[in-house]
Parts: sequence; C-alpha cells; structure tokens
Amino acid sequence: MLNISGLSTSYGSIQAIKGIDIDVPEGSIVSLIGANGAGKTTTMKSLVGLLKPQAGEIKFLGQEIRGLAPHKIVNLGMSLVPEGRNILAGMTVLENLEMGAYQRKDKEVQKDFEKVFKRFPILEERKQQLGGTLSGGQQQMLAIGRALMARPKLLLLDEPSMGLAPLVVADIFNVIREINQEGTTILLVEQNVRQALKIANYAYVLETGKIVLHGKADEVAKNPRVMEAYLGGAKAGV
Amino acid sequence: MFWQQLVNGLTLGSTYSLVALGYTLIMGVLNIINMAHGEIFMIGAFVGLYLVTYLKVNIFVAMAGAMLASALLGCLMEMLALRPLRRRAVSHLAPLISTIGVSIFLESLALNLFGPQSQAFPTELATVQFELGPIRITLVQIIILGISFGLMFILRFWLAKTRVGKAIRTTAENIETANLLGINTNRIIFLTVALASGLGGVAGVLVGLSFNAVEPTMGLSMGLKGLAVLILGGMGNITGAMLGGLILGIAEVFTVAYGASSYRDAVAFGMIILILFIRPQGLFGKRQGGRF
Repeated sequence: MLNISGLSTSYGSIQAIKGIDIDVPEGSIVSLIGANGAGKTTTMKSLVGLLKPQAGEIKFLGQEIRGLAPHKIVNLGMSLVPEGRNILAGMTVLENLEMGAYQRKDKEVQKDFEKVFKRFPILEERKQQLGGTLSGGQQQMLAIGRALMARPKLLLLDEPSMGLAPLVVADIFNVIREINQEGTTILLVEQNVRQALKIANYAYVLETGKIVLHGKADEVAKNPRVMEAYLGGAKAGV
Repeated sequence: MFWQQLVNGLTLGSTYSLVALGYTLIMGVLNIINMAHGEIFMIGAFVGLYLVTYLKVNIFVAMAGAMLASALLGCLMEMLALRPLRRRAVSHLAPLISTIGVSIFLESLALNLFGPQSQAFPTELATVQFELGPIRITLVQIIILGISFGLMFILRFWLAKTRVGKAIRTTAENIETANLLGINTNRIIFLTVALASGLGGVAGVLVGLSFNAVEPTMGLSMGLKGLAVLILGGMGNITGAMLGGLILGIAEVFTVAYGASSYRDAVAFGMIILILFIRPQGLFGKRQGGRF
C-alpha cells in the first residue's frame, strides 16, 4: 500500500533521515521503532507532506505523493495522528471530530460519529467539553477518533502511548489492533518497543536516520541487538 | 446626557471593533500584525465615497463595493507581500515589515489618486435624526450601529457554526493540525485575509460617514486604535476585539463629554494601559499565550 524508497529529509543542513526504505503492505501493522532523535517523527511528517523531503520516492496506492500538499494526501486516504496529539484545545470534542471529517461530503459521516462514540464512550459523554479539558488518555482517544473520521486507508500513529498511564497504554494498543482488524492499514511509530513489536506484523528499526534492521516483528523482537538496545537486555525478551 | 453619550460611544466603538476584528482575524491565522490594515480601511472609505459621489449609488451598495474592493486588495497583499515570505523560512518580523511596506505604498497611492484634502460624503443622511426619549440619534448613527453589530453578529455565528468558519478557527488554533486534518490552509488564509480586509473597508465607509471626512491619512490613527484594541481584547480573541472596541469608543466619547476633549486619546489610551497592568494578557487573552 505504501512503498518508501531512498527517502531523505533535512532540516537546514542537518539530514534527519538518510535514504530510508519502508514497505507497508495492505492490511498490516508496521512498526517503526528507534530512540529519541532517530528520525521517526521526521519520517512521519515527510510522509504526510508537512516536511518536504529532498530525495526519494513515496508511493501510496501506486501514486507518487512526495511533494504533495498535506490536504491532498489526506484526500488520498492517509491520515496522521501526530506526536503530542494536537487536540484543538479551544474547540469542543464534537467539533474536533467534525474537523476530522472536514473533506468528507458523503452521508456516512453521521454513522462514523456513532462508531467513534461506540469505540470511545467517554468522548460521547464529553462531546460538548473543550478538547483542552480532556486528560491525556482521552485526548489520545480523541486524536485517534478524529483521524478515523477521515476514513483513512492508511493510519499513521506517532507515539500514541507517549505520556500515558500503563493501563491506558494497553487500551490504546487494543484499539489500534481493532482498527487494523476492521481493515485499516497501520504504520506505527513507538518508543514503547515491546508493545509495538507485539501488535505489529513487520518492524523497522531506525537509528540516526537509517534503517538498521527490518523484518517480521517477532523476528526483530528476538534480534540480540534489539533486545539489548530496546528491550532491556537479553533476559527480558518478549 | 449619559444615555446620549453612551449611544455616541457605542457608535464610535463599534467602528473600532470592526477594524480590530480585521487585525484579530489575521493575527489568528497568520500570527502577524497587519500594519497595512489601516490603509486598506482608508481605501475602502475612498471607494465608498467615490461610489456615492460619482456613481450615485445608495450608501449600502457603496459599502458592499468598498467591502469588495478592500477584500480584493487584501488578497493582492496576501499573494504579493505575504505568501512569498511564508514559503521561505524567514524571520517572523519579515511579514510585519512587508505589511508596513504595503501600508506606505497604499497611503502614497491614495495621496496621488485622491489628493491630500479631506473629502465629505454628499449625503443628506447626516441631517436626518430621531428623538427617542432623552436620546437624539442620527440616521448615520443607526446605520453604523446596525451594520457594525450586524456584521459582528454574522461573523461570530459564521465562525461558530459553518464548515469554513470552523476551518478558520482550526487554522488559527494550530496550522499544522489544520493541514493534517485535510484543510487547505493556504486557501483558508486567503479567505481570512479577504474577510478581514473586507470588514476594514466597510468600517472605512462607516467612519467616513460618521466624521463626514475621508482623507489619505485616516488609516494611520484608525490603525493605531485598532491595534490598541487588538491588544486590549487579548491578541487574536474575537470577543475581546468586539468588547475592546466598544470600551475604547465609550471612553473617548465620555472624555470629550465631560470636558477633556483635547485629552480624549490620552485618557482612552491611559485607560488601556491601566487595564493591561491588571490583565497583561488582555481582556480575553490566555495567560500563557505568548505568541512572540
């Protein structure tokens, strides 16, 4: 569904990602893992058009999308839930969701509101509340719900577990798995490597802007280097 | 006396509110102060004046014409002076300087086209007046109050309820999020600048009617007052701009009414300083909202 090859993005003279290749097959969950500053968020922002990559190809559903404006990429069916969630703090929960469906003019939008509320009942309870008054976990639910309102074919999630309590993290990962089972392909960026490898089909390890390792998620989880660096030593393997 | 002055103050203040709304909208989506807003307001006043004088249209058609002309001017400014700067990673002061350039250009243009002298609306509206109990209100005042409050009401409703209005609010809150949600933010910015400038143009006609004077330099003092109201209301806050304008207008009128006419601006601005001492973020601004 998504084929990235040789993608490079720089901030000024600093090259944050250096020619990376990633494949996201339709229906899969692909995890992109790596430490702080490895270039994960840069990769995500390059995919959705927020950053302009210097080189490489991004093929989405067979179409080259590098250099397209973000709103056009959303229109093709790719949505990003950004790091830090970017909830519209001064707008209500309902308005946040409405903005998620900004480009849609079909009659199914109402149905999708109900779907989001069924998935996240707390959002329905708080739908008239301002987004900024929600807790971190609720904001993450709202951010995911909002992205789903666009009915993406490919959902990009950037650090969905960041700053959340362990129980909430488990909830969020369950939701991600459900969304995938309902037919949405997922590219996930995570620092919570254990969880990210558990739900993924494929995994890519990013270090200082380069893919150093990739493969099936369970194999990547068994890789000694990954165990050492991200899973807290060999004993604590998955 | 009090009620009469209150009506006069509200009339004047509502024009300040309209001007400040223009600043506020642009501040909201672009995070810049549009220093050319006063001059766009002035051009609007001239367009209205010339439509009434030479094409003999009625005042409402003239306002619509002024709104359209100012909106177009705003679009031109966005295309030529602002958008090219956004494409590059320039200092946030660059667009400010760019708008100062536009303002100087427009003022010189107006001096050349219309001449330096003050011109008046050839209208009989000014002499029509009504008595309502203790209040004497002119037709001009009714028009100003009606148009200003009407536009403010429509704007509020439109921003709160419509799809495009919500897209403007989203863009104002976080342009990156707006992009991610599929909003064509360039188009929204364009629209917002047009809207802000259009409101400025109407305000120009209203102020021209109210003082019965239209001149190329009228943009400067009005621009400063609009800016003051922008800060008083809390940068980028719509309600703040509306109320702030009314407060400034009422303060000015009462200063004149109670005998200190040569100090009217001093008293009004002194009061703004006082309010800002107590609420540095402005009437409706957020405390941590340090945009700069």
